[in-house]
Amino acid sequence: MTTHHHRPESEIALRVKAIESLLVEKGIVDPAALDTIIEHYEHQVGPHVGAQIVAKAWVDPDFKRRLLADGTGAIAELGLTGFSSEHMIVVENTATVHNLIVCTLCSCYPWAILGLPPTWYKSLAYRSRAVIEPRSVLAEFGLVLPDTVEVRVWDSNADLRYLVLPERPDGTDGLSEEALAALVTRNAMIGTAKVQPPSAPTPIAA
Amino acid sequence: MNGPHDLGGMQGLGAIPIEENEPVFHSEWEAKVFAMSFATFSTFFPVDETRHAAERIPAGEYLSASYYERWLAALELLLTEHGWLTPAEIEDRITHLRQTES
Repeated sequence: MTTHHHRPESEIALRVKAIESLLVEKGIVDPAALDTIIEHYEHQVGPHVGAQIVAKAWVDPDFKRRLLADGTGAIAELGLTGFSSEHMIVVENTATVHNLIVCTLCSCYPWAILGLPPTWYKSLAYRSRAVIEPRSVLAEFGLVLPDTVEVRVWDSNADLRYLVLPERPDGTDGLSEEALAALVTRNAMIGTAKVQPPSAPTPIAA
Repeated sequence: MNGPHDLGGMQGLGAIPIEENEPVFHSEWEAKVFAMSFATFSTFFPVDETRHAAERIPAGEYLSASYYERWLAALELLLTEHGWLTPAEIEDRITHLRQTES
């Protein structure tokens, strides 16, 4: 993809370096704290956190009920509440309803549960189009839904973030919670994909 | 509040830029802008003030800048408005870095 900057990349990098060096000199930011923040968002949080919540809901009907009734409370039970995910609503995809999450105003997203959002989620195209033509947006992700499926679009805001509980795919009856979590993708938890069944084992040549 | 950020329903913004296996940050400067913003909005400015700063970016700039360029613009606006840095200090430091790095 192309990210168009209106200034050359090297100019922006120099500007950022100038600001950083001034803030560090003045004691406004601590360089070690900056490294810790970057490390946390690059390596600690990410879609694997949300995948645990989804897998738990798939195997534990009581948890699923609590998750859909009070997302914030149920996520707190698992100790997975965090910055930018303090108030959560979880919406369930079914055979007849498909949910899609957007933030038209900026990029509100449950950081503690899915990590930082991908570029497409923050793009002007997604933010503008998800609310007026969700089906064509989904088609760009390769997800074509029949007209009989209702599409519900949820616009996130500063105080309230959403998570999609995707449908559990067929052929996963015997899987452990951990194996189920491994199937759940970021896009499935935003609503731009479905969770795919585990790939069939390669048949042994007879 | 209405403004260039209120994009819901706007037309003509093209295809969704989908990138497979996207890194969390695309460059070191993006990571630094994120971290400096995070460090300051959890200490010096309420996070809502950061959003408001991004929403005050002039429309032409808002619509042509990349995501972390908008964060950088918001960060600079807040740091200078609150008197932590002056625009002249930033420009002087850029000149200095350019000289020492070339």
